[in-house]
Amino acid sequence: MYGLTLGFQNKVLIMNGSITADDKASAKKQHSEFRKKCQSVIKKTKAFFDGNPPAIIGGFLITVILLGALFAPVFASHNPEKRVARPHVAPNAEHIMGTTRSGRDVYSQVLYGARKTLSVAFFAGIIAMSIAVAVGVTSGYLGGKVDEWMNFVTNVFLVFPQLPLLIVLAAFLGQVGSFVITILLGVTAWPWGARVIRSQTLALRNNEFIIAAEVMGESKIRIILVEILPNLVSIVFGGFLGTVIYAMGAEAALGFLGLGDATEVSWGSMLYWAQVSSSLYTGAWWEMLVPAIALALTGGALALINMAIDQVSNPKLKTGPHLKLWKKMNKETQKRRGLV
Amino acid sequence: MSFILRRLSFYFTAFLVAISFNFALPRMMPGDPIDALFAAAQGKMDLAQMDAVREMYGFVDGNVFEQYLSYMKSVFTLDLGPSVLMFPVDVIDVIGMALPWTMFLALGSLVVALIIGVSIGTYASYRREGLFGQLAPPILAFISNFPYIVTALLLFFFIGLQLELLPLSYTYDPSIEKAFTLEFIGSVAKHAILPMGSMILVGIATWVFNMRNAMINVLGEDYVTMAEAKGLSSFRVMYRYAGRNAILPVATAIAMAIGFSFAGSLMTEVVFNYQGLGNILLKGIIARDYPLIQAILLILVSAVLTANFVADLLYVWLDPRISK
Repeated sequence: MYGLTLGFQNKVLIMNGSITADDKASAKKQHSEFRKKCQSVIKKTKAFFDGNPPAIIGGFLITVILLGALFAPVFASHNPEKRVARPHVAPNAEHIMGTTRSGRDVYSQVLYGARKTLSVAFFAGIIAMSIAVAVGVTSGYLGGKVDEWMNFVTNVFLVFPQLPLLIVLAAFLGQVGSFVITILLGVTAWPWGARVIRSQTLALRNNEFIIAAEVMGESKIRIILVEILPNLVSIVFGGFLGTVIYAMGAEAALGFLGLGDATEVSWGSMLYWAQVSSSLYTGAWWEMLVPAIALALTGGALALINMAIDQVSNPKLKTGPHLKLWKKMNKETQKRRGLV
Repeated sequence: MSFILRRLSFYFTAFLVAISFNFALPRMMPGDPIDALFAAAQGKMDLAQMDAVREMYGFVDGNVFEQYLSYMKSVFTLDLGPSVLMFPVDVIDVIGMALPWTMFLALGSLVVALIIGVSIGTYASYRREGLFGQLAPPILAFISNFPYIVTALLLFFFIGLQLELLPLSYTYDPSIEKAFTLEFIGSVAKHAILPMGSMILVGIATWVFNMRNAMINVLGEDYVTMAEAKGLSSFRVMYRYAGRNAILPVATAIAMAIGFSFAGSLMTEVVFNYQGLGNILLKGIIARDYPLIQAILLILVSAVLTANFVADLLYVWLDPRISK
């Protein structure tokens, strides 16, 4: 519904714009419109984080991690793939997170590893959600035989244990690079999202604005793209974050088992080398714990953001200050009316 | 009844898909899989056994369809050939030793996480504005979304290695005889705490959030207000009135969680050197024991499908309307 009203407002604004013939005025108007839009985006972002500690903590953590990954060459102190010190040097001023068994700097590795792991997770998430949206919306909106078949395929994929399937596939293909892992994760992780999107599409399908669009003779593709998809944005984004968390864990798991390409620097391959050198037993905990904690913080932070998005799309789930505020206002209103 | 039959046929079809996938796997692999297998076996097999394995894989003379039928036959007669890793032993025997432990871990942790998670979810939604209701969901969301291996590794390091509280390897103390004694059961329980604990930590948030979402919808209903107005204890309102009705949508999530739980069990076993399927799978991968790897996948899929069917039966019991 939200998407619909937003789209409608835009149309009105554009119509107003075409009426004023003066180019200068319309340019000025466009400029102010742009500013207004920016302001509203900022306002919405503020409202999202305001009084919502999980969103703030999650947002902060993920910003730090993303910046670290993005500017890895700037922040890194050493070349992550070169031997720079003696093996298993404890954390000190030069190597703030110690070195690995093969004498590589753990801090630099974790920064560069973030690039690989996060990009695998991100692109796998995009592939999976694209398939999920295509399958879910088509199946939910078209219904009938198409729906039956697509739903069947989704359920079959859903019932299979995904990670063991991936492990076996990777084992048969030999050590696979991150590109292949991304594709494999992307094409196996979609059914969960497809199911949620399908049921939401089913719920939307009989709403008045969809029926109105059908009566007006809009094409099916247009109805799907313009009427249905904007209303699924929060679900799709939530599903995307969930898939990213899953893909990150799967990449780490495959790496840890030695099924990924161990010569690439990723959080998974770092775990693998730490396990191979039995670093926990020999007291070199930093080699294992640094990538493990990096994975933990990223997963946790994404989950907190996901939770906050859930609350935005379904305000009933909110806790804390929002509810208190409502109760306070309710009490004040009742007092004004003389009910209390 | 028709519901159960429908589900059964669905699971059977899914099983056929899994077999087809298994059939296709060695054919997608670069090079000749049988040659790779013999290279891995390093002369342990003689010619007759080679032929047996070839037949088991369905590499018989004839077109793809005949090969497929031959493979199907060996699957349904559980004739999966010898394992390369533990050579004279049949694959099916190797799996038979490990499968009970994996089922114990996967299903045990699922049930415990379900019970704890549903209780926390119920309480956290009923007392939404209390300290617990505000703090528990975000904290659990944060902790539960650590990847499986990370949770396992952290517990392994901090509780097992640093505090030396619990054993770090094996399913039970090897010095104890495997019998139905208190000592043996105690040892199994002690060895299961860490792996199961890490899986429960990961699994719990799903149930807390599912239950919480369902509860919040139910708590707005009139009969809950009525129950509160009658002056019933909050425990009664929480669990007898609201919780009972909120649990239904939560039960549908069990089916999906089963697969995840088995996957998590595989990873956790590797970290804690627990003698289940995951451990054997890893050893099989390192030894390039392809018959073993394929058989594990097949058995795992069958276990998950069976567990799903049991979950369906549970759902019918919870909501008798759907069986009609």
